[in-house]
Amino acid sequence: MLISETNPVRRPRRVRLAAIAASVLVCGSLALPAAAQPPESVVEIKDFMFNPMSLQVPAGTTVRWKNLDGEPHTIRSVDDTFRSGALDQNDSFGFKFDRPGTYRYSCSIHPQMVATIVVK
Amino acid sequence: MSKNDPMAPSRRRALQCLAFGGAGTLFTLAGGVLTPFDLALAAADRSTAAVGGVPLFVQISDTHIGFNKEANPDVAGTLKQTIELVNAMPASPALIVHTGDITHLSKPEEFDSAAQLMSQLRVSELHTTPGEHDVADATVSEYFDRYGKASERRGYYSFDHQGVHFIGLINVLNFKANGLGTLGSAQLEWLQADLKGRSASTPIVVFAHMPLWTIYEPWGWGTSDAAQAMSYLQRFGSVTVLNGHIHQIVQKVEGNITFHTARSSAYPQPAAGEGAGPGPLKVPDAQLPKMLGLSSVSVRRHPSALTITDSTLA
Repeated sequence: MLISETNPVRRPRRVRLAAIAASVLVCGSLALPAAAQPPESVVEIKDFMFNPMSLQVPAGTTVRWKNLDGEPHTIRSVDDTFRSGALDQNDSFGFKFDRPGTYRYSCSIHPQMVATIVVK
Repeated sequence: MSKNDPMAPSRRRALQCLAFGGAGTLFTLAGGVLTPFDLALAAADRSTAAVGGVPLFVQISDTHIGFNKEANPDVAGTLKQTIELVNAMPASPALIVHTGDITHLSKPEEFDSAAQLMSQLRVSELHTTPGEHDVADATVSEYFDRYGKASERRGYYSFDHQGVHFIGLINVLNFKANGLGTLGSAQLEWLQADLKGRSASTPIVVFAHMPLWTIYEPWGWGTSDAAQAMSYLQRFGSVTVLNGHIHQIVQKVEGNITFHTARSSAYPQPAAGEGAGPGPLKVPDAQLPKMLGLSSVSVRRHPSALTITDSTLA
Protein backbone atom coordinates (compact mmCIF):
# COMPACT_ATOMS: atom_id res chain seq x y z
CA MET A 1 0.00 0.00 0.00
CA LEU A 2 1.33 3.37 -0.94
CA ILE A 3 0.55 6.40 1.16
CA SER A 4 1.89 9.73 0.04
CA GLU A 5 1.07 13.04 1.57
CA THR A 6 2.28 16.60 1.68
CA ASN A 7 3.01 18.56 4.84
CA PRO A 8 1.61 16.06 7.30
CA VAL A 9 0.83 17.32 10.77
CA ARG A 10 2.36 15.28 13.59
CA ARG A 11 -0.37 14.10 15.93
CA PRO A 12 -0.68 11.42 18.60
CA ARG A 13 -1.30 8.04 16.99
CA ARG A 14 -4.86 7.70 18.28
CA VAL A 15 -5.87 11.08 16.91
CA ARG A 16 -4.07 10.33 13.64
CA LEU A 17 -5.89 7.01 13.23
CA ALA A 18 -9.17 8.68 13.98
CA ALA A 19 -8.38 11.21 11.28
CA ILE A 20 -7.51 8.46 8.82
CA ALA A 21 -10.69 6.59 9.73
CA ALA A 22 -12.66 9.78 9.23
CA SER A 23 -11.05 10.37 5.84
CA VAL A 24 -11.90 6.79 4.88
CA LEU A 25 -15.50 7.49 5.72
CA VAL A 26 -15.40 10.66 3.67
CA CYS A 27 -13.64 9.43 0.55
CA GLY A 28 -14.47 5.75 0.95
CA SER A 29 -11.64 4.72 -1.37
CA LEU A 30 -8.73 4.06 0.96
CA ALA A 31 -8.71 0.44 2.10
CA LEU A 32 -7.30 -0.09 5.57
CA PRO A 33 -6.03 -3.51 6.68
CA ALA A 34 -8.22 -5.39 9.11
CA ALA A 35 -5.85 -4.71 12.04
CA ALA A 36 -6.99 -1.58 13.76
CA GLN A 37 -3.51 -0.24 14.61
CA PRO A 38 -1.00 -0.84 11.81
CA PRO A 39 2.52 -0.20 13.14
CA GLU A 40 4.37 2.77 11.77
CA SER A 41 8.01 3.83 11.80
CA VAL A 42 9.59 7.08 10.71
CA VAL A 43 12.83 7.75 8.85
CA GLU A 44 13.90 11.36 8.89
CA ILE A 45 15.97 12.87 6.08
CA LYS A 46 18.29 15.57 7.30
CA ASP A 47 21.65 16.93 6.12
CA PHE A 48 21.66 14.53 3.16
CA MET A 49 21.30 11.48 5.44
CA PHE A 50 18.59 8.96 6.19
CA ASN A 51 18.11 8.62 9.93
CA PRO A 52 18.22 5.83 10.96
CA MET A 53 20.30 4.48 8.12
CA SER A 54 19.30 0.96 9.04
CA LEU A 55 15.82 0.32 10.37
CA GLN A 56 14.39 -3.03 11.45
CA VAL A 57 10.61 -3.40 11.52
CA PRO A 58 8.09 -6.25 11.78
CA ALA A 59 6.21 -7.19 8.62
CA GLY A 60 3.11 -5.09 8.14
CA THR A 61 4.82 -1.88 9.27
CA THR A 62 4.35 1.30 7.31
CA VAL A 63 7.61 3.22 7.08
CA ARG A 64 7.23 6.92 6.61
CA TRP A 65 10.07 9.09 5.31
CA LYS A 66 10.02 12.78 6.07
CA ASN A 67 12.35 15.25 4.35
CA LEU A 68 13.58 17.98 6.68
CA ASP A 69 16.19 19.31 4.21
CA GLY A 70 15.75 22.37 2.01
CA GLU A 71 16.93 20.21 -0.88
CA PRO A 72 14.52 17.72 -2.43
CA HIS A 73 15.10 14.00 -1.97
CA THR A 74 13.53 10.82 -3.27
CA ILE A 75 13.16 7.28 -1.95
CA ARG A 76 14.04 4.61 -4.51
CA SER A 77 14.53 0.98 -3.56
CA VAL A 78 17.35 -0.75 -5.40
CA ASP A 79 15.02 -3.54 -6.59
CA ASP A 80 12.24 -1.06 -7.46
CA THR A 81 9.83 -2.38 -4.80
CA PHE A 82 9.00 1.18 -3.76
CA ARG A 83 9.73 4.65 -5.08
CA SER A 84 8.58 8.12 -4.16
CA GLY A 85 8.35 11.26 -6.20
CA ALA A 86 10.51 14.26 -5.27
CA LEU A 87 9.92 15.24 -1.66
CA ASP A 88 10.34 18.92 -0.96
CA GLN A 89 11.03 20.19 2.54
CA ASN A 90 8.54 18.69 5.05
CA ASP A 91 6.97 16.39 2.45
CA SER A 92 6.65 12.76 3.42
CA PHE A 93 6.19 9.40 1.77
CA GLY A 94 4.96 6.12 3.22
CA PHE A 95 5.26 2.49 2.19
CA LYS A 96 3.83 -0.57 3.92
CA PHE A 97 6.23 -3.51 4.16
CA ASP A 98 4.26 -6.76 4.04
CA ARG A 99 7.08 -9.11 3.06
CA PRO A 100 10.15 -9.91 5.17
CA GLY A 101 13.45 -9.08 3.55
CA THR A 102 16.26 -6.56 3.32
CA TYR A 103 15.39 -3.52 1.26
CA ARG A 104 18.21 -1.23 0.20
CA TYR A 105 17.23 2.19 -1.06
CA SER A 106 18.76 5.51 -2.02
CA CYS A 107 17.88 9.04 -3.09
CA SER A 108 17.85 9.29 -6.89
CA ILE A 109 18.90 12.94 -6.73
CA HIS A 110 21.75 12.31 -4.27
CA PRO A 111 22.68 8.66 -4.80
CA GLN A 112 25.41 8.76 -2.18
CA MET A 113 22.49 8.72 0.31
CA VAL A 114 21.92 5.01 0.87
CA ALA A 115 20.09 3.18 3.66
CA THR A 116 18.34 -0.08 4.48
CA ILE A 117 15.01 -1.31 5.81
CA VAL A 118 15.07 -4.82 7.29
CA VAL A 119 11.63 -6.41 7.56
CA LYS A 120 11.39 -9.41 9.92
CA MET B 1 48.07 18.48 8.35
CA SER B 2 49.29 19.14 4.86
CA LYS B 3 51.77 21.91 4.25
CA ASN B 4 51.93 24.26 1.33
CA ASP B 5 54.13 22.05 -0.73
CA PRO B 6 54.21 23.38 -4.29
CA MET B 7 55.14 19.92 -5.53
CA ALA B 8 51.96 18.48 -4.04
CA PRO B 9 49.14 20.94 -4.68
CA SER B 10 45.92 20.04 -2.96
CA ARG B 11 42.97 18.80 -4.99
CA ARG B 12 41.03 21.93 -4.10
CA ARG B 13 43.87 24.16 -5.23
CA ALA B 14 44.02 22.32 -8.54
CA LEU B 15 40.28 22.71 -8.97
CA GLN B 16 40.52 26.43 -8.28
CA CYS B 17 43.10 26.68 -11.02
CA LEU B 18 40.71 24.96 -13.40
CA ALA B 19 37.83 27.28 -12.66
CA PHE B 20 37.78 30.47 -14.70
CA GLY B 21 35.00 32.34 -12.96
CA GLY B 22 34.53 36.07 -13.30
CA ALA B 23 31.74 38.19 -14.65
CA GLY B 24 32.17 36.98 -18.18
CA THR B 25 34.93 35.20 -19.95
CA LEU B 26 35.36 34.50 -23.60
CA PHE B 27 37.05 31.26 -24.45
CA THR B 28 38.56 30.95 -27.85
CA LEU B 29 39.58 27.52 -28.89
CA ALA B 30 41.79 26.99 -31.92
CA GLY B 31 43.79 23.87 -32.51
CA GLY B 32 43.17 22.70 -28.97
CA VAL B 33 44.73 25.80 -27.42
CA LEU B 34 42.43 27.61 -25.04
CA THR B 35 42.74 31.34 -24.54
CA PRO B 36 40.53 33.11 -22.05
CA PHE B 37 39.80 36.80 -22.65
CA ASP B 38 37.96 39.15 -20.39
CA LEU B 39 34.59 39.95 -21.96
CA ALA B 40 35.03 43.69 -21.43
CA LEU B 41 38.26 43.50 -23.39
CA ALA B 42 36.61 41.45 -26.10
CA ALA B 43 33.81 43.97 -26.43
CA ALA B 44 36.31 46.80 -26.81
CA ASP B 45 38.19 44.95 -29.49
CA ARG B 46 35.85 44.22 -32.39
CA SER B 47 38.42 42.11 -34.16
CA THR B 48 38.42 39.71 -31.22
CA ALA B 49 34.65 39.34 -31.52
CA ALA B 50 35.02 38.60 -35.22
CA VAL B 51 37.22 35.64 -34.36
CA GLY B 52 34.11 34.01 -32.92
CA GLY B 53 32.54 33.56 -36.34
CA VAL B 54 28.95 32.41 -36.93
CA PRO B 55 26.70 32.24 -33.85
CA LEU B 56 25.59 28.65 -33.71
CA PHE B 57 23.63 28.01 -30.54
CA VAL B 58 23.03 29.04 -26.95
CA GLN B 59 23.21 26.82 -23.90
CA ILE B 60 21.03 27.44 -20.88
CA SER B 61 21.03 25.19 -17.86
CA ASP B 62 19.65 24.41 -14.44
CA THR B 63 16.57 26.62 -14.59
CA HIS B 64 15.09 24.75 -11.57
CA ILE B 65 11.56 26.03 -12.10
CA GLY B 66 9.71 25.36 -8.84
CA PHE B 67 12.65 26.25 -6.57
CA ASN B 68 11.60 28.95 -4.12
CA LYS B 69 14.12 29.01 -1.28
CA GLU B 70 16.25 31.95 -0.15
CA ALA B 71 19.06 31.40 -2.67
CA ASN B 72 16.60 32.72 -5.29
CA PRO B 73 12.90 33.05 -4.52
CA ASP B 74 12.19 34.10 -8.14
CA VAL B 75 13.71 31.55 -10.52
CA ALA B 76 11.00 32.32 -13.10
CA GLY B 77 12.15 35.95 -13.07
CA THR B 78 15.81 35.10 -13.60
CA LEU B 79 14.90 32.66 -16.39
CA LYS B 80 12.93 35.49 -18.03
CA GLN B 81 16.02 37.70 -17.82
CA THR B 82 18.10 34.91 -19.32
CA ILE B 83 15.63 34.58 -22.19
CA GLU B 84 15.74 38.34 -22.74
CA LEU B 85 19.53 38.09 -22.96
CA VAL B 86 19.18 35.49 -25.74
CA ASN B 87 16.49 37.47 -27.57
CA ALA B 88 18.66 40.60 -27.44
CA MET B 89 21.64 38.94 -29.10
CA PRO B 90 22.58 40.82 -32.29
CA ALA B 91 22.46 37.64 -34.37
CA SER B 92 19.84 35.16 -33.23
CA PRO B 93 21.12 31.64 -32.70
CA ALA B 94 19.10 28.96 -34.48
CA LEU B 95 19.24 26.50 -31.62
CA ILE B 96 19.04 26.48 -27.89
CA VAL B 97 20.31 23.58 -25.79
CA HIS B 98 19.02 23.14 -22.25
CA THR B 99 21.40 20.92 -20.28
CA GLY B 100 18.91 19.83 -17.66
CA ASP B 101 17.28 20.50 -14.33
CA ILE B 102 14.53 22.29 -16.20
CA THR B 103 12.41 21.81 -13.09
CA HIS B 104 13.20 21.43 -9.41
CA LEU B 105 10.81 18.61 -8.43
CA SER B 106 9.67 17.08 -11.76
CA LYS B 107 6.14 18.29 -11.11
CA PRO B 108 3.80 18.67 -14.11
CA GLU B 109 3.05 22.29 -13.22
CA GLU B 110 6.79 23.06 -13.06
CA PHE B 111 7.33 21.58 -16.52
CA ASP B 112 4.33 23.53 -17.83
CA SER B 113 5.61 26.78 -16.35
CA ALA B 114 9.11 26.20 -17.77
CA ALA B 115 7.70 25.44 -21.22
CA GLN B 116 5.55 28.56 -21.11
CA LEU B 117 8.59 30.70 -20.19
CA MET B 118 10.88 29.09 -22.79
CA SER B 119 8.25 29.58 -25.50
CA GLN B 120 9.33 33.23 -25.37
CA LEU B 121 12.75 32.32 -26.79
CA ARG B 122 13.16 33.60 -30.34
CA VAL B 123 14.90 30.48 -31.57
CA SER B 124 13.54 27.83 -33.88
CA GLU B 125 14.70 24.70 -32.06
CA LEU B 126 14.97 23.74 -28.41
CA HIS B 127 17.03 20.68 -27.53
CA THR B 128 17.12 19.24 -24.04
CA THR B 129 18.67 16.58 -21.86
CA PRO B 130 17.25 15.90 -18.40
CA GLY B 131 18.87 16.56 -15.05
CA GLU B 132 18.27 14.38 -12.00
CA HIS B 133 15.68 16.92 -10.84
CA ASP B 134 13.69 16.27 -14.06
CA VAL B 135 13.44 12.52 -13.50
CA ALA B 136 12.57 12.61 -9.79
CA ASP B 137 8.87 11.75 -10.27
CA ALA B 138 7.99 8.22 -9.15
CA THR B 139 7.14 7.10 -12.68
CA VAL B 140 10.06 8.94 -14.35
CA SER B 141 7.67 9.98 -17.09
CA GLU B 142 6.96 13.73 -16.85
CA TYR B 143 10.16 14.70 -18.67
CA PHE B 144 9.86 12.03 -21.35
CA ASP B 145 6.18 12.83 -21.97
CA ARG B 146 7.26 16.33 -22.94
CA TYR B 147 10.78 16.06 -24.35
CA GLY B 148 11.14 12.35 -25.12
CA LYS B 149 10.13 12.43 -28.76
CA ALA B 150 13.56 13.31 -30.20
CA SER B 151 15.16 10.36 -28.42
CA GLU B 152 12.21 7.91 -28.59
CA ARG B 153 12.10 8.23 -24.79
CA ARG B 154 15.63 6.88 -24.38
CA GLY B 155 17.12 10.23 -23.46
CA TYR B 156 20.00 10.11 -25.96
CA TYR B 157 19.92 11.18 -29.59
CA SER B 158 21.91 13.05 -32.22
CA PHE B 159 21.27 15.54 -35.00
CA ASP B 160 23.20 17.70 -37.42
CA HIS B 161 23.09 21.44 -37.77
CA GLN B 162 25.24 23.59 -40.05
CA GLY B 163 27.81 20.86 -40.45
CA VAL B 164 28.15 20.28 -36.72
CA HIS B 165 27.13 16.93 -35.25
CA PHE B 166 25.23 17.31 -31.96
CA ILE B 167 24.90 14.44 -29.48
CA GLY B 168 22.59 14.62 -26.47
CA LEU B 169 23.41 12.10 -23.73
CA ILE B 170 21.61 11.18 -20.50
CA ASN B 171 23.62 10.43 -17.36
CA VAL B 172 21.08 10.97 -14.57
CA LEU B 173 19.45 7.54 -14.45
CA ASN B 174 20.86 4.50 -12.63
CA PHE B 175 23.40 6.37 -10.52
CA LYS B 176 26.33 4.53 -9.08
CA ALA B 177 26.56 4.25 -5.30
CA ASN B 178 29.43 6.73 -5.32
CA GLY B 179 26.99 9.33 -6.64
CA LEU B 180 28.55 9.69 -10.07
CA GLY B 181 26.34 9.77 -13.13
CA THR B 182 26.20 6.84 -15.51
CA LEU B 183 25.72 6.49 -19.25
CA GLY B 184 25.31 2.71 -19.28
CA SER B 185 26.31 0.11 -21.83
CA ALA B 186 23.29 0.50 -24.15
CA GLN B 187 23.92 4.22 -24.55
CA LEU B 188 27.66 3.74 -25.01
CA GLU B 189 27.04 1.17 -27.75
CA TRP B 190 24.66 3.57 -29.44
CA LEU B 191 27.25 6.37 -29.22
CA GLN B 192 29.94 4.23 -30.75
CA ALA B 193 27.62 3.30 -33.63
CA ASP B 194 26.48 6.91 -34.05
CA LEU B 195 30.07 8.10 -34.50
CA LYS B 196 31.18 5.24 -36.73
CA GLY B 197 32.06 6.33 -40.24
CA ARG B 198 31.87 10.04 -39.47
CA SER B 199 34.69 12.18 -40.76
CA ALA B 200 37.19 13.19 -38.08
CA SER B 201 36.91 16.77 -39.35
CA THR B 202 33.23 17.00 -38.34
CA PRO B 203 32.94 19.30 -35.32
CA ILE B 204 31.16 17.46 -32.51
CA VAL B 205 29.09 18.96 -29.70
CA VAL B 206 28.15 16.61 -26.85
CA PHE B 207 25.70 17.77 -24.22
CA ALA B 208 24.62 16.06 -20.99
CA HIS B 209 23.54 17.25 -17.57
CA MET B 210 26.22 15.95 -15.23
CA PRO B 211 29.86 16.67 -16.07
CA LEU B 212 31.36 14.08 -18.42
CA TRP B 213 34.66 14.31 -16.54
CA THR B 214 35.24 14.00 -12.84
CA ILE B 215 35.34 17.44 -11.31
CA TYR B 216 34.80 16.39 -7.69
CA GLU B 217 33.95 12.83 -6.84
CA PRO B 218 32.91 13.32 -3.17
CA TRP B 219 29.98 15.41 -4.45
CA GLY B 220 29.22 13.14 -7.39
CA TRP B 221 30.38 15.74 -9.91
CA GLY B 222 31.27 13.37 -12.69
CA THR B 223 30.13 10.40 -14.77
CA SER B 224 31.51 6.98 -13.91
CA ASP B 225 31.79 5.66 -17.48
CA ALA B 226 32.48 8.94 -19.31
CA ALA B 227 36.02 7.85 -20.21
CA GLN B 228 34.55 5.15 -22.45
CA ALA B 229 32.50 7.78 -24.30
CA MET B 230 35.55 10.03 -24.66
CA SER B 231 37.56 7.19 -26.16
CA TYR B 232 35.08 7.17 -29.08
CA LEU B 233 35.45 10.94 -29.49
CA GLN B 234 39.23 11.23 -29.33
CA ARG B 235 39.81 10.89 -33.08
CA PHE B 236 37.71 13.96 -33.91
CA GLY B 237 39.46 17.25 -34.49
CA SER B 238 37.02 19.42 -32.54
CA VAL B 239 34.88 18.11 -29.69
CA THR B 240 32.98 20.41 -27.33
CA VAL B 241 31.42 18.78 -24.26
CA LEU B 242 28.80 20.92 -22.52
CA ASN B 243 27.34 20.15 -19.12
CA GLY B 244 25.39 21.80 -16.31
CA HIS B 245 24.62 20.44 -12.84
CA ILE B 246 27.26 22.30 -10.83
CA HIS B 247 25.89 25.83 -11.45
CA GLN B 248 29.27 27.39 -12.19
CA ILE B 249 31.84 27.48 -14.94
CA VAL B 250 34.57 24.91 -14.85
CA GLN B 251 36.55 24.20 -17.98
CA LYS B 252 39.19 21.76 -19.09
CA VAL B 253 40.87 20.96 -22.38
CA GLU B 254 42.18 17.49 -23.08
CA GLY B 255 43.63 17.02 -26.55
CA ASN B 256 40.95 18.13 -28.99
CA ILE B 257 38.17 17.82 -26.40
CA THR B 258 37.00 20.94 -24.56
CA PHE B 259 34.88 20.34 -21.45
CA HIS B 260 32.75 23.19 -20.17
CA THR B 261 30.07 23.46 -17.49
CA ALA B 262 27.57 26.32 -17.70
CA ARG B 263 26.14 28.65 -15.11
CA SER B 264 22.59 28.12 -13.88
CA SER B 265 19.80 30.63 -14.50
CA ALA B 266 18.44 29.89 -11.01
CA TYR B 267 21.07 29.90 -8.25
CA PRO B 268 24.80 29.38 -7.72
CA GLN B 269 26.41 26.46 -5.93
CA PRO B 270 29.63 26.44 -3.89
CA ALA B 271 32.95 25.66 -5.54
CA ALA B 272 34.01 22.04 -5.25
CA GLY B 273 34.71 21.07 -1.67
CA GLU B 274 33.75 24.46 -0.22
CA GLY B 275 31.48 23.82 2.75
CA ALA B 276 29.40 20.81 3.76
CA GLY B 277 28.08 19.85 0.37
CA PRO B 278 26.60 20.95 -2.94
CA GLY B 279 23.33 22.81 -2.85
CA PRO B 280 21.82 26.26 -3.35
CA LEU B 281 24.28 28.96 -2.30
CA LYS B 282 22.81 32.12 -0.81
CA VAL B 283 24.76 35.17 -1.94
CA PRO B 284 24.02 38.89 -1.42
CA ASP B 285 21.14 40.00 -3.68
CA ALA B 286 23.36 42.33 -5.72
CA GLN B 287 25.79 39.53 -6.43
CA LEU B 288 23.21 36.96 -7.61
CA PRO B 289 22.76 38.15 -11.24
CA LYS B 290 26.54 38.10 -11.65
CA MET B 291 26.51 34.39 -10.87
CA LEU B 292 23.66 33.44 -13.20
CA GLY B 293 23.83 33.28 -16.96
CA LEU B 294 24.22 31.32 -20.15
CA SER B 295 26.82 30.21 -22.65
CA SER B 296 26.81 30.82 -26.38
CA VAL B 297 28.81 28.87 -28.91
CA SER B 298 30.08 30.10 -32.24
CA VAL B 299 31.72 28.18 -35.01
CA ARG B 300 34.67 29.17 -37.12
CA ARG B 301 35.49 27.30 -40.32
CA HIS B 302 38.74 26.15 -41.90
CA PRO B 303 39.69 24.56 -39.69
CA SER B 304 36.46 24.15 -37.78
CA ALA B 305 36.70 25.35 -34.22
CA LEU B 306 34.05 26.26 -31.69
CA THR B 307 34.18 29.27 -29.39
CA ILE B 308 32.33 29.36 -26.07
CA THR B 309 31.26 32.72 -24.65
CA ASP B 310 29.82 32.96 -21.15
CA SER B 311 27.48 35.82 -20.25
CA THR B 312 25.88 36.75 -16.95
CA LEU B 313 22.59 38.50 -16.14
CA ALA B 314 24.48 41.51 -14.76
